[in-house]
Amino acid sequence: MSVRCIRMQAIPSSTILLVTELRVETLVAPARPGQTGAEISAPVLPVDLRVTRLAKSFAGTPIFKDVSFGLSRGEAVAIVGANGSGKSTLLRCLMGLIPADAGAIDVLGTDVGSVSNAGLRAMRARMGLVSQKHNLVPRLSVLSNVVQGLLGQKPGIRHWNQSFAPASSRAAAMQALEKVGLAHLASRRADRLSGGQSQRVAIARALVGQPRILIADEPTASLDPAAGKDVMDLFFDLARQEGVTVIFISHNIDHALKYGDRVLGLAHGGMSLDARSASLDATQLRGLYD
Amino acid sequence: MTDASLPSRYKRPSVLAFLGYVVGIVIIIWSFAGAGFSIDKVISSPPRFADFLDRAFPPNLEPKVLARLGWKMLETLQIALAGAVIGIILSVPVALLAARGLVAPAWINQLLRTGLGFIRAVPDIAWALVFVVAVGLGPFAGMLAIAIDTIGFCGRFFADDMEAADKGPSESLTATGARKLDVVACATIPAAMPAFISTSLFATEKAVRSSTILGLVGAGGIGIELKVGFDLFDYPTAMTVILMIAVVVISIEYLSGWARTKIIGEQR
Repeated sequence: MSVRCIRMQAIPSSTILLVTELRVETLVAPARPGQTGAEISAPVLPVDLRVTRLAKSFAGTPIFKDVSFGLSRGEAVAIVGANGSGKSTLLRCLMGLIPADAGAIDVLGTDVGSVSNAGLRAMRARMGLVSQKHNLVPRLSVLSNVVQGLLGQKPGIRHWNQSFAPASSRAAAMQALEKVGLAHLASRRADRLSGGQSQRVAIARALVGQPRILIADEPTASLDPAAGKDVMDLFFDLARQEGVTVIFISHNIDHALKYGDRVLGLAHGGMSLDARSASLDATQLRGLYD
Repeated sequence: MTDASLPSRYKRPSVLAFLGYVVGIVIIIWSFAGAGFSIDKVISSPPRFADFLDRAFPPNLEPKVLARLGWKMLETLQIALAGAVIGIILSVPVALLAARGLVAPAWINQLLRTGLGFIRAVPDIAWALVFVVAVGLGPFAGMLAIAIDTIGFCGRFFADDMEAADKGPSESLTATGARKLDVVACATIPAAMPAFISTSLFATEKAVRSSTILGLVGAGGIGIELKVGFDLFDYPTAMTVILMIAVVVISIEYLSGWARTKIIGEQR
């Protein structure tokens, strides 16, 4: 059953009108920066992602274990923790890029541990990834890189390059570029862009397929503070416009508190924090790095 | 100040390493003996070499000879270029299957890599002999020999290049739900393209060098003129052939180096 979230001007910002094929009902949205815990009712939104007692080790060295959490639709969750605490590994497990040792992951109704390769690809096609490094294909044009973001939904040679792509895909890619303010650079080669521009194109590539879940692994790690702030503002403006569920890693505590509705902390081989960002302060998060 | 002491300049080798050095030196001496290395012959060769040069110079520059050798040289380049292009094109699918962790299972990777190793182990002149038997005397046999030799060279290096390509773009496309083939076409091959171009240019240089001697076994090109020149003691003509080969090969190397800088230097 298809579900679409529509934010309406007349409705308070904490409320989302959820329209389904069968019913229309008003639900409570996740907390936004500036809200207090008292303003938030218990979330009744559908759960897009649920992780249960997840464990992962590499060559016998445990990375984390007993990690459990859930993400409601439209929620933005920050993951923080010291280097080596398993943040990136956790995200890679969520996307099925690496297998977990134990536990269960349910993403948009797909059991990541048991699904077939085709099912995994279908699940990924409803997700978007923005990495620490933009990971654009350097020799191709900006537009081709964004068109390739549709490969999960439309596999095949027509989406290898913008030159072969159908008009609808080219238009969708241009629209995504317009959203990140780079439509005027559509023909430029990706390796001719600045770091901030590259990351914006990576965001456009992640958004072009209209994903339900966006995953960002330290998207500002390679950017200067000003460019980092611009990219984060853009990323979350777009994610919230589209009503996308977001899970992101950041070493920047201010970013985690500002952009995350919730903060998850990984430390000492497990999850040591799961709290509303409104109820946290920077000192509490710094403790995770001790 | 820390109490760390200054490391010694040289480290004493372990017994095993020492034995390894000794065995290596023995093998080298043994190889010299097997190759018939003779100081007497080294000392006596300069006068004989000078005698050859005396009889070879001046090279034969008669217009009729130059025209004949020029056409043969052109045929040599055609053999090299046609063989190299076919070899390079066929190397791409072969390399895709030989590269570990891309599209084919491990046993196919190993099978292909063993096959490519076999192709490289057989010298190009031996491939030329095989193809002369298979398709008869002439440049087509030479072209096939160059093509197969190029597949052995480029297939292996293209596969290595794709394995070593930046995995970031591949992972990002995999994360969109793209199929393996789409990921390889859109991320892996473009990432490996500068290395592909460099390897292809080296393969073309190698093909030009190889094609100059394939004529010795009847596989077309200018090599046959060299053989005839020496067989008939027509050293001036043989010297003309040697100089032509040198000029063409050096020119191709310069051209290839220039192309490499222009293409890869700008695209990296």
